[in-house]
Amino acid sequence: MNFFGEAKALVKANIRDYGMYIALIVIMLTFTIMTNGLFMSSRNISNLLDSAGYIAVLAVGMTLVIVIRHIDLSVGFLAGFLGAIAAIFLTQMGISVWITVPVILIFGALIGLVNGVLIAKIGIPAFVATLAGMLIFRGALLQVTEKTGTIIIKDDQFNAIGNGFIPSIMQINGLHLLTLLVGLIGILLFIYNEISTRRNKMTYGFEVMSNGLFTAKLVLISAIIGYITWILAGYNGLSWTVIIMIIVVVIYHFLSTKTVLGRHIYAVGSNPEAAHLSGINVQKITYIVFGSMGMLAALSGILFTSRLQSATTTAGTLFELDAIAAAYVGGVSSAGGVGKVTGAIIGAIVMASLSSGMNLLGVGISYQYMIRGGVLAGAVIFDVMTRKQRA
Amino acid sequence: MSEYILEMNNISKEFPGVKALSNVNFKVKKGEIHCLVGENGAGKSTLMKVLSGVYPFGTYDGDIVFEGKVQQFNEITESVKVGIGIIYQELALFPDLTVYENIFAGNELKKGPFVDWNNTIVQATELLKKVNLKVTPETLIKELGVGKQQLVEIAKALSKDVNLLILDEPTAALNEDDSENLLVLLKELKNQGISCIMISHKLKEVISIADKVTVLRDGQTICTLDASEVTENVIIKNMVGRDIEDIYPKRPNKKIGETILALSDWTAYDPQLGRNVVKNVQLEVKKGEIIGIAGLMGSGRTELALSIFGNPKNYKLQGSMKMFGEKKVLKHTGEAIKAGIAYVTEDRKGDGLFLLQDIKSNVSAAHLKGISTNGILNLNEEVKIGTEYKESLYIKASSLEQIVGKLSGGNQQKVSLGKWLFTGPKILILDEPTRGIDVGAKFEIYSIMNELINEGMSIIMISSELGEVLGMSDRVYVMAEGSVKGELTMEEATQETIMELATQ
Repeated sequence: MNFFGEAKALVKANIRDYGMYIALIVIMLTFTIMTNGLFMSSRNISNLLDSAGYIAVLAVGMTLVIVIRHIDLSVGFLAGFLGAIAAIFLTQMGISVWITVPVILIFGALIGLVNGVLIAKIGIPAFVATLAGMLIFRGALLQVTEKTGTIIIKDDQFNAIGNGFIPSIMQINGLHLLTLLVGLIGILLFIYNEISTRRNKMTYGFEVMSNGLFTAKLVLISAIIGYITWILAGYNGLSWTVIIMIIVVVIYHFLSTKTVLGRHIYAVGSNPEAAHLSGINVQKITYIVFGSMGMLAALSGILFTSRLQSATTTAGTLFELDAIAAAYVGGVSSAGGVGKVTGAIIGAIVMASLSSGMNLLGVGISYQYMIRGGVLAGAVIFDVMTRKQRA
Repeated sequence: MSEYILEMNNISKEFPGVKALSNVNFKVKKGEIHCLVGENGAGKSTLMKVLSGVYPFGTYDGDIVFEGKVQQFNEITESVKVGIGIIYQELALFPDLTVYENIFAGNELKKGPFVDWNNTIVQATELLKKVNLKVTPETLIKELGVGKQQLVEIAKALSKDVNLLILDEPTAALNEDDSENLLVLLKELKNQGISCIMISHKLKEVISIADKVTVLRDGQTICTLDASEVTENVIIKNMVGRDIEDIYPKRPNKKIGETILALSDWTAYDPQLGRNVVKNVQLEVKKGEIIGIAGLMGSGRTELALSIFGNPKNYKLQGSMKMFGEKKVLKHTGEAIKAGIAYVTEDRKGDGLFLLQDIKSNVSAAHLKGISTNGILNLNEEVKIGTEYKESLYIKASSLEQIVGKLSGGNQQKVSLGKWLFTGPKILILDEPTRGIDVGAKFEIYSIMNELINEGMSIIMISSELGEVLGMSDRVYVMAEGSVKGELTMEEATQETIMELATQ
């Protein structure tokens, strides 16, 4: 097969996976052209990624929840509530960041577990159980912020999570050196990983991509990572929010694709009865997925509170719906068993890009909602159509 | 006008790849009870679905003449309108609604644009009297036992001025008293001029109530018998009497070893159904042996298999189970797999396979330990294992990455088999291993079974196909109504002896 034939076959076979990457590139190019390049400016991209952070981590957890055919509506106000608790810890109780953050994450995981028990053990539909949670945490958030109103946080370390950037060792021609180094390491790790996977496959005697296409893939993806690093290095460099997003994605991507636990999650999602008969403990998987969702909700609350440098009485409003939208745009399927963690991040970035781009163009908020709704509907239609083709 | 209320002439119905009915003739006289019997898959239910309009006019060949008029039903409501009422085996009642609401569901009595509930209750009381059901119309359906629910179904049919009542295995889920009541009621209805078609597996019942018996086999009418000339033996001969093709590969050197699984007084109570689905079963499986479990649908075979396989349906179990001489209590499927039991389900699409996933991840799904270390998967190992099973089980697919939902039935069954073989079982339970797959794939599965037995595995094969049971087994247990009605050696087992036990 020639180079282009192979590339075409590859795209065709993976149209579902590549679809949203293509969509993201189209959206970004369109906005770049319409804003005369302002959209792709260092400052804008940096802001865009930071503003996507707290929804992106929720979308990662939500993807797994939807994969096992459930939903979690409580995560928005849970994030808001735990963010406020973090603020109270830091300001009123004077507890250090290094204790606050892990404790809040554990709280989140425990609350998520309670959801899991209500759903898997007691048998309450996830929609209802988490709707109840949403109301409860909304009330709890109001309760803890009632006396003080907005809680202003003055802890610089905590505020850096949502606003700070990794330190630059030195500036070279106005570029952020450490960011460039991180990008370079990222590229090297990526290339090393790809080559060793390929070599490993070859020792098993499996079919691999042709040399030409493999090289093209390496060059293309390295170029994309390099370009994004370059853009970010032109402003303040990598933000801590982006670093946290990357860590979450790497861990969840590994968990979902390379571990027994991940396989069990997808098995439960594709056919719970078959999973049960295959010796998989469906209840346990439900606990784990909801526990992880709760922990990510706590992380989202920390990111958001830190970004605002304060806990407000309405923090977390509609986060859950934004996260669900991002998960669907990222290719998760409500029929269960299908959806990737990397997709959720791309979905969140797509939604953030739409907001950012339309803001730059001065599109009114009313149209923004309609357009984002249209994109969500379009993503799901694409999912249904490509599924029909396959089955 | 003719003496027949219903004449079905030369009915043929084809599904993709299968001829379900071919030139079936079936006539019912006015005011008679006509029983329809036959093995699983003989075409009884299909014939009734053609009659009631579930399969609309044009999807089958032949004529339906009802009360002297040729009928062309496009949907069920049209057959209801002319007076045909059908009651399926799975009752179609709303458990949280009252008796009177159920009786008139979809057929509400109205006064102007509103439902006339008072009249509904009066009419319902009237109908309940007709079917001898002594409950108030306000009772909720879920508070009634299955027997009484059955009577509500009949009352519902009567509310639509039914002339011909069709019952699909009405007594299958009933105890003896309830069955008796039902049969008495059918006779009363007959005296009131309502004709009745009853599908049943219980031949004693058939003989006690029928005026005529029609036997179907492989989608054809074999004969229609007068009740006076009927005995159980005659019916059974006509039900089975099929030539068994010799498609079963021989197994020359049988080596049957020690007992590896023994059940005694094994009883399983299903709390959801509220009755015992497995009753006092004694069963033994020896090393290197294929045990056939025969019986008709609903005889408790699958329930028996599940109760052995870690009890995923949470039955209440009594009795003891021994493996290799040691007492075993398996609390969930994971423990059963670890103990060396594998269960290949009869419903591969429903609870066997992950249809949206590819071949390799289906094969590894029940034994991820085999391709992982410390919970981390070795995806290359998975491809290797997948390739091995794809080759040794002759799975025909373009690649291991092929989505299982897209494979043919035979290949899906082999993937399902591969998944369970990868768990390294000592006892393999196959539930209807060749249902819905073509002859070539069947033969391959039989050959694989023989290979496995030669390697020292034991197989419990649940099957409705008598040919398969007779051709493959070393010993046969016949089940009916949840209990083992008999154990037959291969010398004793014939189509007739098995069917006789299965229809008790």
